[in-house]
Amino acid sequence: MPKTFLQGGVHPPECKLSKEKAIVTPLLPDRVLIPLSQHIGSPAIACVGVGDQVKTGQVIAKSSGFVSANIHASISGTVSKIGDFSDVTGYCKSALMIEREGDEWIEEIDHTETLIEDLNKSKTEIISKITHAGIVGLGGATFPSHVKLTIPPGKKCKMLLINGAECEPYLTCDHRLMLEKTEEILIGIRLLMIALEVSHAKIGIEENKADAISQFNRLIKKHPGISVVSMKTKYPQGGEKQLIKALTGQEVSPGEIPLDIGVIPFNIGTVYAIYEAVQKNKPLIERTVTLTGKKMGTPSNFRVRIGTILSDILEQAGGIPENTGKVILGGPMMGKAANSLNIPITKGCSGILFVEETESFRKPAEPCIRCAKCVSSCPMGLEPYLLGKLSEMGQFEKAAHEGITLCIECGSCSFICPANRPLLDWIRVGKNAVLKQARVSKK
Amino acid sequence: MEKLYTVSASPHIHSGISTPQIMRDVLLALLPALCISVWFFGFGALYVTAISVASCMFFEYFITRYILHKPLSLRDGSAAVTGLLLAFNVPTNLPEWIIITGALVSIGIAKMSFGGLGNNPFNPALVGRVFLLISFPVQMTTWPIPKGIFTPLIDAATGPTPLALVKENIKNGLPIQDIMANLPSLSDLLLGNRGGSMGEIAALALLAGFAYLLIRKVITWHIPVCILGTLGVFTGILWMSHPDLYPDPIFHLLSGGAILGAVFMATDYTTSPMSLKGKVAYGIGIGLITGLIRVYGAYPEGMSFAILIMNAFVPLINVYMKPARFGKEVKHG
Amino acid sequence: MMNIFIYTVIILVLLGSVAAVILYYIAQNFKVYEDPHIDQVTETLPGANCGGCGFAGCRSLAEAIVKSEEATGLYCPVGGDNVMNKVAELLGRTAQTKTPAVAVVRCSGSPEFRPRTSVYDGASSCALIHSMYIGDTGCPYGCLGCGDCVVACHFDAIKMDPVTMLPVVDDALCTACGACVKACPRSIIELRNKAKKDRKIYVSCVNKDKGGIARKYCQVACIGCGKCLKVCEFEAITITDNLAFIDSKQCKLCRKCVEVCPTGAILELNFPPKKTGENMVIQKSISVPTT
Repeated sequence: MPKTFLQGGVHPPECKLSKEKAIVTPLLPDRVLIPLSQHIGSPAIACVGVGDQVKTGQVIAKSSGFVSANIHASISGTVSKIGDFSDVTGYCKSALMIEREGDEWIEEIDHTETLIEDLNKSKTEIISKITHAGIVGLGGATFPSHVKLTIPPGKKCKMLLINGAECEPYLTCDHRLMLEKTEEILIGIRLLMIALEVSHAKIGIEENKADAISQFNRLIKKHPGISVVSMKTKYPQGGEKQLIKALTGQEVSPGEIPLDIGVIPFNIGTVYAIYEAVQKNKPLIERTVTLTGKKMGTPSNFRVRIGTILSDILEQAGGIPENTGKVILGGPMMGKAANSLNIPITKGCSGILFVEETESFRKPAEPCIRCAKCVSSCPMGLEPYLLGKLSEMGQFEKAAHEGITLCIECGSCSFICPANRPLLDWIRVGKNAVLKQARVSKK
Repeated sequence: MEKLYTVSASPHIHSGISTPQIMRDVLLALLPALCISVWFFGFGALYVTAISVASCMFFEYFITRYILHKPLSLRDGSAAVTGLLLAFNVPTNLPEWIIITGALVSIGIAKMSFGGLGNNPFNPALVGRVFLLISFPVQMTTWPIPKGIFTPLIDAATGPTPLALVKENIKNGLPIQDIMANLPSLSDLLLGNRGGSMGEIAALALLAGFAYLLIRKVITWHIPVCILGTLGVFTGILWMSHPDLYPDPIFHLLSGGAILGAVFMATDYTTSPMSLKGKVAYGIGIGLITGLIRVYGAYPEGMSFAILIMNAFVPLINVYMKPARFGKEVKHG
Repeated sequence: MMNIFIYTVIILVLLGSVAAVILYYIAQNFKVYEDPHIDQVTETLPGANCGGCGFAGCRSLAEAIVKSEEATGLYCPVGGDNVMNKVAELLGRTAQTKTPAVAVVRCSGSPEFRPRTSVYDGASSCALIHSMYIGDTGCPYGCLGCGDCVVACHFDAIKMDPVTMLPVVDDALCTACGACVKACPRSIIELRNKAKKDRKIYVSCVNKDKGGIARKYCQVACIGCGKCLKVCEFEAITITDNLAFIDSKQCKLCRKCVEVCPTGAILELNFPPKKTGENMVIQKSISVPTT
């Protein structure tokens, strides 16, 4: 019986156009633009200057605190610019540009494809390697992984959860990784189990990726303590709280973190990055990205260097499809729409989706018919129609009382609304206002 | 000039479900019952339906266009649904002008005066129906006898509904067994061969509509099942205690507007609660009130009143019966 | 028949008396003493409950004024000196005075001067756009045009101009309550002291980018060149972060800065037309509503 979370959820059309396409490593880009803030927490501080020669894998910006992450050169060459460049939001953030010269790696890194299974490592060694490699959650949250692995005294992790749900439509990067790098991922999980001192790990995979489930089931026998759980295909199963509910049956209450109920979730992509970091000393300089869209000639999965500019990689993917009206970084349910192609791919970017013009506009909003579809689709048990209305009217205190800050912004309510109301838009307005108010009153 | 991309907040896709589509599904679900009515009451049923739907749509158009100056809302199909439901709730031999009055009350007073679709506290079709029932009691309770599809448009032959028969005869002190013997058989109740409002006669057709609505996920099972369940349990307890005084629960469930009301009237989106818990409470309330009115009240039929009474409680239910939040509740402040 | 009548009267009279007694006791026992001044002050205040004073409504301000000894900082911007004088009179204090102010929208980036770089599609909320992305132009500081200020205004004093897509303040209606200032996520709106005949000169830009960058996405941006600073004789102009600011307290409305501004970022409003032969002033895009 496949597991799932109980409350809410929707079934958007899967549209996994690129699920048959093996991961391709494109030609090295001639330049990369590496933002200094690709993670949650304080931005890294650049430790190279304009004109410096850097090698692939070299640290170019150092973590500036505990919740922060190192950033590495993803190609070798010269640092040509350090300054403010616009990111996916259009706002300018500090970033580093490297012009490529050759392909020179720093020596410690093993960048071959050979599988290494060296589990003879201590907890501290693993964590320090992960810290150095600048690994962050690759599912999109970009929370620095070493912070998650550092368990505060008094708390105990009982089980490691691996998120292979990939519930977003269109995206297939995790699916392909699971199929092609199964062994590596299993070794990565073993390493994490050592680092967290746990004896059990569960990999949660949605039913629509049956090939990945059977692949894991076949190879899992060599690795004690790891089990694969088949989950019902339902959005937002990849959400942290929903995944934990599906895999363990427990709920992470508001204000709690997963560790409070003894679990820590990691994304498949992150686990693979951890394998590379620990076994091959390879920092986080590339990630799998799905380039997709209904009008895209060949939707594909690329192994892209961090900082590759969107328009550069597009040339190798067959150019931007005609009549593209919207470019989305991430999946269609939670991704961010970009206003230009001149932006870099960062650590948190799992896919690029090109939406045709005819589908890139919302239908006009109509009056709410109080059908309660938003209420029954909300995975957090909130009442989106009410929260949206309260936010629209500026009644933020009432909205806070109705639990607006619990919203995980999964978009199920806006997705399902028959009146095309921008529910999540307004909920965001209210949530931001409530959080801002909370910050102000804390000071 | 460079191409401008569209930017909006996530989500970037939509389910494609729309208000007109939902209303279309409701109309489709009502279609079997309409066919049965035509079969038993003749084309008069169709005539009443046409007048009711047309006048509801006309009033909606007229009020949005010339009085409220709001964007036209005919496209969403809610006026057509109200019109059809109103027609379902009246006898087929009702004069045109009464139907049009009912439509005016439904759309003008019960719906548009509160701000149109989504804002009305009471089910518009039911307000129209109850208004007619109270204002024109004779016409509204003169039920045509089902005589088949070729019944002439204006037919003088009329007879009481099964529920009215029971009520009348119990009052006259007749034992229940004798009354039941004169009532339509179970199969007649299921198939619709009995007197009554136009749309309420055929239980099976209405249940088919219910199944369709469930499959299309237009409504959830909670409200209809809770209403019918409660009504069944309530009348069942009475029947078991005094089988010679009260008709059996099956009869109660199949007669009158129980199924029509439970499936199509009580589940009206705007006037029913938002949370599942609330829907259960609302359903139980309607079932109980219907049973009370039918057994102890002056009217033989209680569905309309029960739904309208519970409509009034919906805002309260929405405040006090919230969906269960994910995780344990945390205290505020 | 008569019996029924008598019973009815007796029962109702009894019920009424019992209820009256209960009401009386509740009213006596649960009475909350309140300074009668609070009611009087509330009546004097404009009663718009706009929150411009920083309190939830007029009554809250009245409570605060009556309770506080000095009433410093407690000021109704809507009623102005007039109302505050009356309040002070009521309480037997001396009134504070403030120069009347008016809201000013410091952005001139109409589509003509500031081309669109994307199409926004979603809920009409500046706060949302600001938190989500740069907006549909290249300017990270400029007006987003969704009218959060229009919604916030209790006095109907701000309207969106459909051509320029910018908010326009009606000086006659603006009470300087500051609701729009709070509502604007980009802090574009400023409360400036009123001058005679509603004349005003201000830098209609809040862009802090370097001149070259600012100019690239908006023709009428302040580029921080400093020409106005040099020409000002009253030390009313300061430049911080590539942005000029004219202090309305010091400005004498001499209009010299307007002439020298190379981008037309400094606006003059409600002045009589200039004599010919003087420097051309860039055509202003802001229309001033007449009331």
